[in-house]
Amino acid sequence: MPITEQEITDLEKVARKLRRDMIDVTGWAGGSHIGGSLSMTEIVTILYWKYLKIDPKNPHWDDRDRFVLSKGHGGVGHAVVLANKGYFDPKLLEEFNHFNSPFGMHLDSLKAWGVDASTGSMGHGLPQAVGMALGARVRKKAFHIYAVMGDGECDEGSIWEAAMAASHYKLTNLTGFVDRNHLMIDGPTETIMKLEPFVDKWDAFGWKVRAIDGHDFRQLADSIDFALGYNEGPVMIICNTVKGKGVSFMENDPAWHYGGLSAELIEKAKKSIGED
Amino acid sequence: MSKEGLTWTVYDADKLTQAEIYGITLCDLGEAHPEIVGLSADLARSTKIGAFGKKYPDRFFNFGIAEQNMFGVAAGLAKVGLLPFVSTFSAFASMRACEFLRTDICYQNLNCKVIATHAGTSFGPAGSTHHAIEDLSIVRAIPNLTVIVPADGIETARAVRACLDINGPVYIRIGRGFEPRLYESEDYEFEIGKVVELRPGTDVTIIACGVAVLHAVEASTIMQRDDGISVRVLNCHTIKPIDKEAILKAVMETRRIVTFEDHNVIGGLGTTVADVIAESGKGCAFRKVGIPDVFTTVGYPEDLQHYYKIDTDGIIENIRELLGLEFEADEDWEDEV
Repeated sequence: MPITEQEITDLEKVARKLRRDMIDVTGWAGGSHIGGSLSMTEIVTILYWKYLKIDPKNPHWDDRDRFVLSKGHGGVGHAVVLANKGYFDPKLLEEFNHFNSPFGMHLDSLKAWGVDASTGSMGHGLPQAVGMALGARVRKKAFHIYAVMGDGECDEGSIWEAAMAASHYKLTNLTGFVDRNHLMIDGPTETIMKLEPFVDKWDAFGWKVRAIDGHDFRQLADSIDFALGYNEGPVMIICNTVKGKGVSFMENDPAWHYGGLSAELIEKAKKSIGED
Repeated sequence: MSKEGLTWTVYDADKLTQAEIYGITLCDLGEAHPEIVGLSADLARSTKIGAFGKKYPDRFFNFGIAEQNMFGVAAGLAKVGLLPFVSTFSAFASMRACEFLRTDICYQNLNCKVIATHAGTSFGPAGSTHHAIEDLSIVRAIPNLTVIVPADGIETARAVRACLDINGPVYIRIGRGFEPRLYESEDYEFEIGKVVELRPGTDVTIIACGVAVLHAVEASTIMQRDDGISVRVLNCHTIKPIDKEAILKAVMETRRIVTFEDHNVIGGLGTTVADVIAESGKGCAFRKVGIPDVFTTVGYPEDLQHYYKIDTDGIIENIRELLGLEFEADEDWEDEV
């Protein structure tokens, strides 16, 4: 269903709230993978607020759609989503990274409510998502699996093993996203380990590929609608994004892959994101 | 030199009995358990999980030569309510796919069973790339994982059935399928975490697992006859959780313990038993026998078992040496064994 202007306005508001929450958690936690969490904000916002069939009051509902954050270091970005969806009391996020907290920088599916797969080590989420999609087929279930990868993560061989399997088994109930923010810890992806021609690679591995602006809700909605209607195999949506998006002093600076924030920087970051 | 390994051809491969029992057992279980799914990485024939695939083509998946993905996929299948049996060679299950076994399956405590075949030196002629002499050391350090080493095909069937009672990950380590049969039937007490006492004895205790168990039984019989020595034999099929009670009982009753395993002497059964003895504070003469921390040589399994002294001759030789060793409880540390 095409996205409306009102929906876009509402989603933009949610995204700003999520970004401000990520900044707060980063302060409480003493640091977070803030850059890559900010870059994927629109992707997780539209999935959780428009597409995912889920019930936060019943997180283990058998027929729910699954969301796998293959780029598990986006944990802080995912945790604020789950808190805002009502999976748990947002006050718990004040203990993020602290001793015995349910939340560490990589979310644990046995501890953090609403997390469908424990991730953190790169290249582990997509294989699990492939398993969930195959499992849905075996169990004749209609749920859909969404997996979000990082672009640097796609250096891992296991991503391509899983990519082969997903197209081999024609997993139409699996939609992939790459948060293509072009930066990894040590610098630009194309300098550290070249990914381009990235679209061609996914295409060669048998996926139907869309490359879009990953901060544009209209393009995201169009692509997800396309993926849900495509019945010949899995769809990969390569989302071109900006690492640190929304916080002017973080944008496109690899130093903000992981970092802490002083009270002053928190103030500055929130101002940059904007109040509602 | 044994020529056993030459007696089969590719045309006989489907008739081999011991590993085949696992395939047949899984097929049986598949009927009562529609949630069971089988996974292979281009080794469906070798690991015998292909039998399951033939019977349940919609519940069997081959991932090609891509073990890391296969173990991650298994986690995903378990996450949505299925019960995956993942089969590949032990070397690949424990090393190539190790992090996926550990992080995807065990960290999430998923109900997923790993059948790791061709363990130890059982794939003799294939050489060290295909020998798994480190797998027990690796996998027993992974939390949540139960680790079982059946002594033969019959015990493999028991283990495969019993592991369904555990709601969590299980690693079952078996050979290539040529191993001689120890048990005549499934009619014996098998409980995960409890040793099977195959021979009573009062002079020395052999604690063995896998292919070494049959040789231990033979050695016990021979030593009773030729040496007048009473050798207890414990089939320690579960490495984790280890049967501390049976080990300490043997320490106190026989005061001499030898372990035999088709695995590096570092980190496997011997080390596990040594941990139990050391923590107990009880003194005993102790020796662990297995692969002496070397990359193994090529040869037929029987020849390798002989070379590494885990066959009947090697076990007897080791026990005779151990019987000559003494241990003391006094404070003179100069003459300790």
